[in-house]
Amino acid sequence: MKEFLEGSRAVAEIVKLCKPGVISAYPITPQTHIVEELAKMVADGELNAQFVNVESEHSAASVVLGAVATGVRAFTATSSQGLLYMAEVLFNISGLRLPLVMTCANRAISAPINIWNDQQDSVSLRDSGWIQLYAENNQEAADLHLVGYRLSEDKSIMLPVMVCMDGFILTHGMETIDIPKQEEVNKFLPGYRPLYKLDPAEPLTMGLLADPDYYLETRFAIQETFKDVLKMIPKINEEFKNHFGRDYKDGLVEEYCTKDAEKVIVAMGSVCGTIKEVVDAQRAKGKKVGLLKIISYRPFPYARVYDVLKDVPRVAVLDKAVSPGAYAPLAVEIKATFFGKKKCPKVISSFVAGLGGRDITLESVKEIFGKLTQKEVSLEFIDLKPELLKEEYGE
Amino acid sequence: MKEIRIHARAGQGAITTAALLGYAYFLKGMYPYAFPNFGAARMGAPMNAFVRVDTKLVRLRSQIYEPDYVIVVDATLMRGFNCFSGLKEDGIAIINEKEGANIPKVKTKQKIFIVPATDIAIKTIGRPLGNTALIGAFAAATGELDLDTLLEVIKKRFTGKAQEGNIQAVKQGYEYIKSLH
Repeated sequence: MKEFLEGSRAVAEIVKLCKPGVISAYPITPQTHIVEELAKMVADGELNAQFVNVESEHSAASVVLGAVATGVRAFTATSSQGLLYMAEVLFNISGLRLPLVMTCANRAISAPINIWNDQQDSVSLRDSGWIQLYAENNQEAADLHLVGYRLSEDKSIMLPVMVCMDGFILTHGMETIDIPKQEEVNKFLPGYRPLYKLDPAEPLTMGLLADPDYYLETRFAIQETFKDVLKMIPKINEEFKNHFGRDYKDGLVEEYCTKDAEKVIVAMGSVCGTIKEVVDAQRAKGKKVGLLKIISYRPFPYARVYDVLKDVPRVAVLDKAVSPGAYAPLAVEIKATFFGKKKCPKVISSFVAGLGGRDITLESVKEIFGKLTQKEVSLEFIDLKPELLKEEYGE
Repeated sequence: MKEIRIHARAGQGAITTAALLGYAYFLKGMYPYAFPNFGAARMGAPMNAFVRVDTKLVRLRSQIYEPDYVIVVDATLMRGFNCFSGLKEDGIAIINEKEGANIPKVKTKQKIFIVPATDIAIKTIGRPLGNTALIGAFAAATGELDLDTLLEVIKKRFTGKAQEGNIQAVKQGYEYIKSLH
């Protein structure tokens, strides 16, 4: 049924329909509303789950790790500093091959203190062994949780999924969302049946010592499974379309006006909506521009990206995160896609924008298309305020 | 596409205002995107809430720089910065009345409506939260929304005494503008 909901509320509603048995979280802006809503649902008896209050994100992640290890579907959500504080446990969850879905309400990292949106938090955890899916709008954010549980709990996958949605822009944004019925969700997402679980009747150990004779193979196995994830995401999205009617194609990327494009911006998350507006406006003027939206950042869909961009002369990559001292994170992947390939864009320029909540406007996006010339831009920050930089250095 | 920018201080209910307007548009079959922009994360700090509405899903995620409509919940904000920045040539502003407020001069086709929303709120709700009176005034001044839809929104959003008070506040805000014509 179509409803007018805040993004956080929509996520809580969809998580409720996924019927997790254990929810544990520690509040942090802009994620708080999600678990507040879930806590209320549990307290009101609408959701039969244990809501475990904890003293930190490290404990929240540990509680859901333990819950899934005993064979129960679980949920948590966090953001920014909270995600970083969870980091140690997140590697354990993927290393233990435990299926879990977590929402990351994307937000900047301190210092200086900044509560606003960018994607530095989740991007910094790209190597944690979690599948990372990025939402453009709140419908996608909600739907990715359904896809996420199916994917995560598939016996051939058994890896955790992080659903990344831009903090405030989506979490605090209210829009029209179609929330499915419980029966429909039940058909798409059956109850969790673990392959193995912690059970006093049949004791086993998980995550025991793997010495140099064994550890390498555990990492190889995860690497191999990520190849299967690339095949599984399109399959699950096909089923999703048949169940709920919304078509995310292969669910790895979204192509927008890329077919004959001469200039394409590659980006992730809510900024893709703003880019689509600019693409439409420029197309109306006869300019051949497009957008490639990355939904699955981990695993990274190199083959799909290659197919979409191989004949595009000029590509701009827009990152909402940085890797100080190196190329921007998403730009690295796009460049890596084409090294040594027969066909490739003549120019792959890299732009960073929107850090710490700096608004990415239509003008910002137009500027990126404008700067996408024959001369490659190795890394440029958009919407910098030069006057602030002058003050800092006392010029 | 229409864009509304709400100026308030954190804690004055600007997000609720945006949510109520958004919900009213939703009931009319439109696609609203209502969202806040926080300044410093503390009570009393200047902040904005926005509503962008279209006949199809809104994709544009930036803040609103060239609004069709401006709602000023706290007129003391007009001392600090230009609440009318970027207001469309034929834009409409709804301002919560405040003694001694600097009401700027506007362009020929722009309109300003000053509404005693806080007074209405104290009389109807018993608290100085003029949001619902301002929504009523917005509907009457712009013709974007009708009174019945707003009342339906209030009935869904509030219960008991708060509902009764806010219904009166919406009506009085609406009627205040109508009485000016």
